[in-house]
Amino acid sequence: MFRFIVKRLLEAIPTLWALVTLSFFLMRFSPGSPFTSERGIPAAVLANLQAKYHMNEPLMNQYFHYLWDLLHGNLGYSFRFSDYTINQLIAQSFPISAEIGFWSFLVAVSLGVICGVFAALRQNSLLDYGVMTFANIGMVLPNFVIAPLCILFFSIKHHWLPAGGWNGGAWQYLIMPVIAMSTSYIAQIARITRGSMIETMHSHFIRTARAKGLPKARIVIQHALRPAMLPVVSYLGPAFVGIVTGSVVVDQFFGTGGIGQNFVNGALNRDYSLVMGVTILIGTLTILFNAIVDILYVFIDPKIRY
Amino acid sequence: MTKTVEKENILEVDNLRVNFKTPDGLVTAVNDLTFNLAQGETLGIVGESGSGKSQTAFALMGLLAGNGVIEGEARFEGQNILTLNEKAMNHIRSEKIAMIFQDPMTSLNPYMKVGKQLMEVLLLHKGMNKADAFEASVKMLDAVKMPEARKRMNMYPHEFSGGMRQRVMIAMALLCQPKLLIADEPTTALDVTVQAQILTLLNELKADFNTSIIMITHDLGVVAGLCDKVLVMYAGRTMEYGQTEDVFYRPTHPYTKGLLEAIPRLDGDGGALATIAGNPPNLLNLPAGCPFQERCLYAEDRCRKESPVLEEYQPGKLRACHKPVNWEVAS
Amino acid sequence: MITNKDKVAAVEKFAEQVVEVEGRSLWQDARRRFFTNKAAVISLIILIIIAALSIFGPLLSRWNYADIDWSALSDISTLGRPSIANGHYFGTDPLGRDIFVRTMQGGQISLMVGILGSFVAVIIGTLYGATSGYLGGKVDSVMMRFLEILNSFPFMFFVIILMTVFGRNILLIFVAIGAVSWLDMARIVRGQTLSLKNKEYIEAAYACGVSTPKIIIRHIVPNVLGVVIVYATLLVPNMILLESFISFLGLGVQEPMTSWGALISEGAPNMDVAVWQLAWPLGFLVVTLFCFNFLGDGLRDALDPKDR
Repeated sequence: MFRFIVKRLLEAIPTLWALVTLSFFLMRFSPGSPFTSERGIPAAVLANLQAKYHMNEPLMNQYFHYLWDLLHGNLGYSFRFSDYTINQLIAQSFPISAEIGFWSFLVAVSLGVICGVFAALRQNSLLDYGVMTFANIGMVLPNFVIAPLCILFFSIKHHWLPAGGWNGGAWQYLIMPVIAMSTSYIAQIARITRGSMIETMHSHFIRTARAKGLPKARIVIQHALRPAMLPVVSYLGPAFVGIVTGSVVVDQFFGTGGIGQNFVNGALNRDYSLVMGVTILIGTLTILFNAIVDILYVFIDPKIRY
Repeated sequence: MTKTVEKENILEVDNLRVNFKTPDGLVTAVNDLTFNLAQGETLGIVGESGSGKSQTAFALMGLLAGNGVIEGEARFEGQNILTLNEKAMNHIRSEKIAMIFQDPMTSLNPYMKVGKQLMEVLLLHKGMNKADAFEASVKMLDAVKMPEARKRMNMYPHEFSGGMRQRVMIAMALLCQPKLLIADEPTTALDVTVQAQILTLLNELKADFNTSIIMITHDLGVVAGLCDKVLVMYAGRTMEYGQTEDVFYRPTHPYTKGLLEAIPRLDGDGGALATIAGNPPNLLNLPAGCPFQERCLYAEDRCRKESPVLEEYQPGKLRACHKPVNWEVAS
Repeated sequence: MITNKDKVAAVEKFAEQVVEVEGRSLWQDARRRFFTNKAAVISLIILIIIAALSIFGPLLSRWNYADIDWSALSDISTLGRPSIANGHYFGTDPLGRDIFVRTMQGGQISLMVGILGSFVAVIIGTLYGATSGYLGGKVDSVMMRFLEILNSFPFMFFVIILMTVFGRNILLIFVAIGAVSWLDMARIVRGQTLSLKNKEYIEAAYACGVSTPKIIIRHIVPNVLGVVIVYATLLVPNMILLESFISFLGLGVQEPMTSWGALISEGAPNMDVAVWQLAWPLGFLVVTLFCFNFLGDGLRDALDPKDR
């Protein structure tokens, strides 16, 4: 088992390298330069700037430079905010996104699974129809609609919650971002859970468990939940990516100042090192997360050999 | 074989009827089934696939699909088990009546160690502690001739062969020493040699535990080797019911006769195997009269008009047929 | 012998008919099953209506999608309300442009992006998956490894980078979105191909010396078509959502053209004063996505009744 985990984590390294390389060259081959917006600057200053970012060297040198720095955990200076290193910018915004993301993920998985399980156990009941209606609506409502609806309802109509900001992550500031981010994933996970739970409850080994005279609660918890969770676990990877991507929208609406804001600003300002920093960070997290999901899978399903 | 007429019946089934509500209409899978079973006795229920034999077993265990509706009575030790609520039924299941299923490959939970699946029966029904339950499970695995039983307690079902899994299922069913064991085609999914082993095992266990068995099968050889009584089902109805030797050596129903002739024989002349032409009827659209008339060689006008009733034509022998045949199997 | 010859012959003939009917009517059977599914049929009808409206709707209005109604511009929250009298059936946007026509025009773009995007994804995915599955062995494991690597990329971020770098180009949106979405398709088709590969008719084709590309195109692809159609239908709503996300970031279609996503992101901030600016495009988007989901479910049930 230990060897499998190590092997799975080592496999992530070439993927990570491919990610860095692809995003590096994608940025460098793009038309326009990060300094085009400051056209008035004298040639000498420009040369200095270019030297600071190694822009005057051949492309391959720049690439190896970047890799070398990256190996030391150094993501370089921001092009736009040249007083800041990317590490500083990320250190500022990442904890915010991590906190929103963590709660969204938790809410999405727990609520989704609970709703899905109960809908499956009471198939075709009022509860089931309620959950499925919610799930169908939640799936098609984009988060950039849910976010302003939340503001309209919680802040403008009822003045229950502040319309935006972060304030060190006080709970009032956390609720709306989490709702906006998790709704469609609650819906999706509820749908998946319901489907696989219904299928599991119809399987032969559940019939055996019933024939053994086990009470229903025990059948569900001990026998059905684990196999029914397998499709949910394989959805966790995409859900994670989706929630991370959702931070772009959430930061925009609630002004939470998370990583998504950094990314959009970076992209609009052609801040190469900022965009790359964020992409690499998120890519790394995604790759790591997929590895964790694979490892989780092995724990759940005894049939998988590693 | 023993005559068991004097013994007290532990199971009496009266006019059992199982209906399924389907989008295409009401399907009657089991139609007015009546039989009884004494302690230690074995009843074989025989029929083609779709004849309602498995649904009979599910109805008795309370395991019918959600759209199934039961009518009639099934008294187990004098108590009608068809109307019990889930909680009361859970005390009957495994403790008094246990079941073995057709497909051992899918009937065990693949995500749970075999030992745990065995032990949970004892923990729940007998209130044993874990250590005792473990020992009792190992003992039962030994009883079903599982090699290295202790080691296997910690293995998952996918590490077992089909025959070994069926042994686990049998051990699981016998853990609480039930009065009645329902075996739904326990050997169908297994190799022939393994089939023989499982049947021998069941025969031994029957003697050891004095368990009554309902053996559901389409294999007449199994019935002949194991059962005291036999009930032949077709399209949800009883065709013929009586002592095994009577039904098998002196069948009077054309369907039973057809079934018996369709058994492949090693000493045959190697010619084409006798079959019953056609397929079992669609339960949604049964023919008028006798359900078997379309495939029956002896059918006449009356068979196509009125459905024959089950009648006791000799003490202990019942059949439903307008045109019984007399036929003696050369033994 | 218990059987009499007449009956055997009759039964055999019957069995032949059954086999023949079954062989011929796989698609007919699916069609019959599909048309008994009310939700799916209603969804299909609504989708056809929405598509027709998007194409021909603008002809019903005296406004053009880029026209600015200067008379309404002074006070959008009252003069820009939906009204039959001034021809703004759905009201106007903050610039005095007609929401009805813009919603229809946005529908054209959104539907086109959705359908063309899934088309791109389906073609790449099907060919990649079928090739990988059919060739098997080393090629298969390399191709699947490549897929795994791509799968762990945060693709949405690449799409955003692409859009900022190369500017707003509708063609690029298709390519970018299509390129993000073929991965699952490839995996599904590969799975199907693996099970098809050992079928007799594929082996027969191989034994007859049919070339590999021809076997893939002629024999594998048609047989995975059912799964592909179902998946493509379920992909369209995702595509539309992706496009609307890109439009929300202001990276989608170029003004004065629009899409549902762009209209929604313009309307959302004004929802407390001019709710129609959000409600109409959102309503169309949500109904369309709903219908595609039901349609996909219906097709899946029709083409693969086992998989429920």
